[in-house]
Amino acid sequence: MNVQGLALPAAWLAVIALFGALEPDTFLTSANLQSILGSQAVLVVVTLGLLFPLCAGDYDLSVASTLTLAAMIVALLNARHGWPVVPAILVAVAAGLLVGAVNGALVTLLELESLVVTLGSGTFVSGVTLWISGSNTIGGISDNLVNPVIAWDLLGIPVSFFYGLVLCAIVWLVLDHAPAGRRLLFTGRGRDVARLSGVRVGRMRFGALVASGGIAAAAGVLYAGTTGSADPTSGAGFLLQGFAAAFLGATSIAPGRFNAWGTLIAVYFLATGVTGLQLVGLESFVQDLFYGAALIVAVALPRLVGVATQPHSP
Amino acid sequence: MGRDRIAVALEAGGIAKRFAGVNALAGANIDIRAGEVHGLVGANGSGKSTLVKVLSGYHAPAQGGRLSVRGRAVRLPLSPAGARELGLRFVHQDLGLIPSLSVAENVCLDELATARPRWISDRRLRRRAAEALAPLGLDVDPGRRVTSLGALEAALVAIARAARDQPAVLVLDEPTRFLPATERERIYELVAEAATRDSGVLLVSHDLDELARVADRVTVLRDGRTVATLDARATTAGELAALIAGGGSGMPRRRGPADAPRGGEAVIVEDLHGRVVCQLSLRLARGEVVGLTGPAGSGFDEVAYLLFGARRARAGRLHLDREFDLATMTPARALRAGIGLLPATPAHVRAVGSLTLADNVMLPRLDRYPRRYGLALDGRRLSADARALLLGHGVAPADPQAPFATLSGGNQQKALIGKWLAMEPALLLLDEPLLGVDARGRVELSAQIRALAARGTAVLCATFEPDLLGDLCDRFIAVPGGQQA
Repeated sequence: MNVQGLALPAAWLAVIALFGALEPDTFLTSANLQSILGSQAVLVVVTLGLLFPLCAGDYDLSVASTLTLAAMIVALLNARHGWPVVPAILVAVAAGLLVGAVNGALVTLLELESLVVTLGSGTFVSGVTLWISGSNTIGGISDNLVNPVIAWDLLGIPVSFFYGLVLCAIVWLVLDHAPAGRRLLFTGRGRDVARLSGVRVGRMRFGALVASGGIAAAAGVLYAGTTGSADPTSGAGFLLQGFAAAFLGATSIAPGRFNAWGTLIAVYFLATGVTGLQLVGLESFVQDLFYGAALIVAVALPRLVGVATQPHSP
Repeated sequence: MGRDRIAVALEAGGIAKRFAGVNALAGANIDIRAGEVHGLVGANGSGKSTLVKVLSGYHAPAQGGRLSVRGRAVRLPLSPAGARELGLRFVHQDLGLIPSLSVAENVCLDELATARPRWISDRRLRRRAAEALAPLGLDVDPGRRVTSLGALEAALVAIARAARDQPAVLVLDEPTRFLPATERERIYELVAEAATRDSGVLLVSHDLDELARVADRVTVLRDGRTVATLDARATTAGELAALIAGGGSGMPRRRGPADAPRGGEAVIVEDLHGRVVCQLSLRLARGEVVGLTGPAGSGFDEVAYLLFGARRARAGRLHLDREFDLATMTPARALRAGIGLLPATPAHVRAVGSLTLADNVMLPRLDRYPRRYGLALDGRRLSADARALLLGHGVAPADPQAPFATLSGGNQQKALIGKWLAMEPALLLLDEPLLGVDARGRVELSAQIRALAARGTAVLCATFEPDLLGDLCDRFIAVPGGQQA
């Protein structure tokens, strides 16, 4: 790994040191550490799912809507209709896979721009969520879901953090070490090269969008478990945060490539920064400032230092 | 100005350019007169395109080159805008038209891009476009979209656009390469017409018969140097071919046909119809290296792509170990059937420059590697095999983790040929395999391709320049020109 790949982890440590010095009594506490690590599992999962289409050269702007839909399905089936947790989760994940499959079919069969297709499908899915929820927040999700997401802990850290960690390891194996990951990379960087080397490019792109839909739904299940409820709008913020973390992660560990560990570090770097800024007294708007600026810095940085991370081949 | 004095449109001398230690140009000279059609020929890698790119301001030449345009000395290197201001206009192979815009918008693109009109009037644009097209006898509705034009009309529009303000020199880079022979006549008329208006025309071409018909003079490049400038009308195509190939190419003479095992006819292509090529049938034996050539417009250059499924054939059958319908062929299916294809150009379909050599050369073979945990590739073995492959094909430096783009053109070609040779395909399709490779590299690559054939692979090499492959191929098949799709 080169020096550039270590810039983000170094920046993370610098942020920790900065806020540790400014607010030693609140920032450098195990409660705060647990809160930062535990609260970000949803963002970690949804962003890891996003890496698949980004690697394949496609955007998926529907992930946040899919996440919210899945959370709402779990809440409705479990809290309102009294379903057990497991079948409710399966239905929610199936819904996510379906959204991904529709996206994938439109993008590969009709050869449409993924950016536009997922913008449309994401908005459509948001409408569905509002419709099935009657625009209400649905609470009262069973402890059978809430406990394994936030109440249980391991070494004092909420267990949801470890879900994100496990998924990160799996995504890392697939993207960096499985043949499918290599093919996905060529699909994104040189679609014709991939095609002429026997890669079924359409199938790769379809699979990537299905994966991001399914994983976004899994993130939605975690989200429902984290809050014990689902509301039809609050998941929207994960879209920008996910893209910010994915692009920022692509400047790290393996610079120039969307990668799992870089993404994980980026999520926690961003969360640490936001938490620190809030602890020194800034209000919640700082989150938007920080994530929005981070996304732009993440895509501008490689241009300025001369490494290409753009998901689309030139 | 006296009419008796010959006006020189452009004069360039001592133009040199090195890429990664290889001389692409080593002192090229050319002078183009006003009102003449001047041919530029040379083998692949002789420096034609580099010379054109120096003139268009894309490449900066080495110190010491001289250039004058319309008798005025110009400082090198040029910028693209500088080349424009001097009156140099270029039509590249891809024509540079924007398909989704109208003919009028394309023709007036320069004005739209550079001028700052307060108001763009469609009617005015169309009138200006019609003014550009009419003198060249082109009857195309300026309101039509470029996508609705045929290949010939598109080429004519691109040439008319470049010729419209009487440029000092109009450079045409193989404008007929993708046209059937029957449609090339209109291009020649347009080229001659452009030259009568006191512009010099530089016509880059592979087709010697074509040059003999339209060019006044021809400049021959070889190994980056100008070998001769000749009166085209007093020179035969054969004489030109000899100048292009040069004397001793340093290659061993053709070996006897005995050293390759001869099986039955392993590859049979029947009744192939493509975009240009029509009702073509071919037979190749196992272990045979066959050159496929023909005049521009014969469609021989699309055959490899049709057999691989990279381009969809209208009809055709391929017998390998079993029969394939070429109308439904895909690259993935071809690869499973043991077919490999190395495209000639453009670069972005050959490899991904930002990814590593190992990734690029091992891509078609990932399935053959055992997985750990049923998932992860053995990266160390992959890397070791990639290094062995690169060393075995004389790629320098043989660093599997280096980005592909850091290699020189010749080494890239060696690596890519190695990628396909290592697959041990039953049928290997090569498009201009020795393109841009120096004489020594050609000998090495030829030997490697021969060695593969000796192990039973049938190899088909498409080329515009059979002379370059004379020592590689057992025999040549020429696709006749003049076929109409």
